[in-house]
Amino acid sequence: MTIIETKNLNLHYGDNHALINVSLSFMKNEITALIGPSGCGKSTFLRVLNRMNDIIKDVRIDGEVIFDGVNIYAPDIDPMRIRKNIGMVFQKPNPFPMSIYDNVAYAPRYHKVKKRAVLDEIVEKSLRKAALWEEVKDRLKKSALSLSGGQQQRLCIARAVALEPEILLLDEATSALDPISTFKIEDLIQDLKKTYTVIMVTHNMQQAARVSNKTAFFLLGDMLEFGDTEKIFGNPVNPKTQEYVSGRFG
Amino acid sequence: MNNDSPYKRTVHMDTVIIRTLACLAAGIALLILFGIIGYIFFQGLPAINWAFLSTEPSFLDQTYGIAPMIINTVYITVLALLIILPIGIGGAIYLSEYSKQGKILSLIRFTIEILSGIPSIVYGLFGALFFVLFFNMGYSILAGAFTLALIVLPIVVRTTEESLKSVDPTYREAALSMGVNKLYTIRTILLPCAMPGIIAAIILSVGRMVGESAALLCTSGTAYQLPGDIATHYKNSGATLAVQIYQCFTERPPGMTDATPFAIAAILMLVVLLLNFLTYIVGKGIKRG
Ligand SMILES: Nc1ncnc2c1ncn2[C@@H]1O[C@H](COP(=O)(O)OP(=O)(O)OP(=O)(O)O)[C@@H](O)[C@H]1O
Ligand SMILES: [Mg+2]
Repeated sequence: MTIIETKNLNLHYGDNHALINVSLSFMKNEITALIGPSGCGKSTFLRVLNRMNDIIKDVRIDGEVIFDGVNIYAPDIDPMRIRKNIGMVFQKPNPFPMSIYDNVAYAPRYHKVKKRAVLDEIVEKSLRKAALWEEVKDRLKKSALSLSGGQQQRLCIARAVALEPEILLLDEATSALDPISTFKIEDLIQDLKKTYTVIMVTHNMQQAARVSNKTAFFLLGDMLEFGDTEKIFGNPVNPKTQEYVSGRFG
Repeated sequence: MNNDSPYKRTVHMDTVIIRTLACLAAGIALLILFGIIGYIFFQGLPAINWAFLSTEPSFLDQTYGIAPMIINTVYITVLALLIILPIGIGGAIYLSEYSKQGKILSLIRFTIEILSGIPSIVYGLFGALFFVLFFNMGYSILAGAFTLALIVLPIVVRTTEESLKSVDPTYREAALSMGVNKLYTIRTILLPCAMPGIIAAIILSVGRMVGESAALLCTSGTAYQLPGDIATHYKNSGATLAVQIYQCFTERPPGMTDATPFAIAAILMLVVLLLNFLTYIVGKGIKRG
């Protein structure tokens, strides 16, 4: 079942045509990897999906993004509600300078969860989902900045899943981490797929091949090829895709 | 050791001369600074005692004390802070988080820059016309507090804005991606992160207000009796410590001696040193946090 799709999506940063006619649809409970050389528009595309580009000046977006049957760029849509349902994790771990507990409870508190017991439960559940609970359960009140980089990134994942979003967007979420933390997060992503739909940008070809079900290849703002990950990495249709996945440019 | 080694240190005459001149200049500046501070403390400290700090100038007994001026200074400073902090911090939040870049914004910025360059006697004149006369506050601590608030407005706005802008931008992004609104982000993340900067702004402002005299002469006036009722004291005229130093040379309050202005100056300088020390502590806190 399709959970979110773009139709003839075009995005301009001023005169820069950063996304050209991108039509892509993502299946529920699947992991889709977005790959392509630097500057091809992967992050831009990802940020279109939860309206994170709204805050950038001089952005023009044409086309449709259909999520749960509605165009999220329709004028009567509240982008806050969209973002609540489509969480995001960034390249650089960015926990807030507050306690581990407060980080995870941050958005639920805003969305009117007040009862201590309910918050406790959300925090524990989210930290478990992010495979961090065992490591931090005894120091929930400690500053999040005291965690290692890999732990911080898992905390950011916990923070994002605390809202029970339907989709999780990951923008190079492991590129700042060591191999062990990276594997932990890859395992975690596999697990998250049971409950969420994951769309991830990665520069790591092995990671895309290991983790994802579908892969989309972007080049200079064009989405050149989209399909099953085995197909994209084993037997792509487009010669450019072939060149990229075999490491000949990028 | 080989004397022809290419790595041998050579002495450049021009470097030596410039270094000597720079040291000399720095030495002279330090000497003047410590000379002034030392002279004031030397002249003023012996005149400071408990009676000096705790009584008011009395025509009857021909004795002098600065208690009313201490009260007035604290009173007017606190009042001015109460006026300026909501406006200044609110304005800074608007400028850094809500305003869109454009002509109006650069006009606001330009105005704030100009405000910080105006001599304080001009603020005094404005305060006298606007607060004292137009708003009918009379020569009063309230009118003085409003004038002081205006004087420190640029400091508060600029320092707060800078510290808001220096908050890690990825925090804003993360908060945005969780569907929380701007107000919540400001309250829970931006203001706490900017707090050391805001505290620095407050300390700087207090230093500026404590040292102000010209603007207050025309607005809060020169009375130096102890207030009868603290709660309504804002309606009264009242001299601050800095204003009193000026008065020592003009109307010579009763019981004062030649050492009196130096004693007040010494106290002001101690306060300023203390404020600088506090700024330093807060600054260290910023670097650590
Ligand atoms: N905020 C912005 N304002 C203007 N142009 C932008 C902005 N962000 C990205 N761009 C431009 O859009 C294009 C796509 O950038 P994007 O960040 O989406 O690439 P990317 O595929 O994520 O690259 P990378 O792999 O390096 O992260 C680039 O040409 C970039 O210069
Ligand atoms: Mg990117």
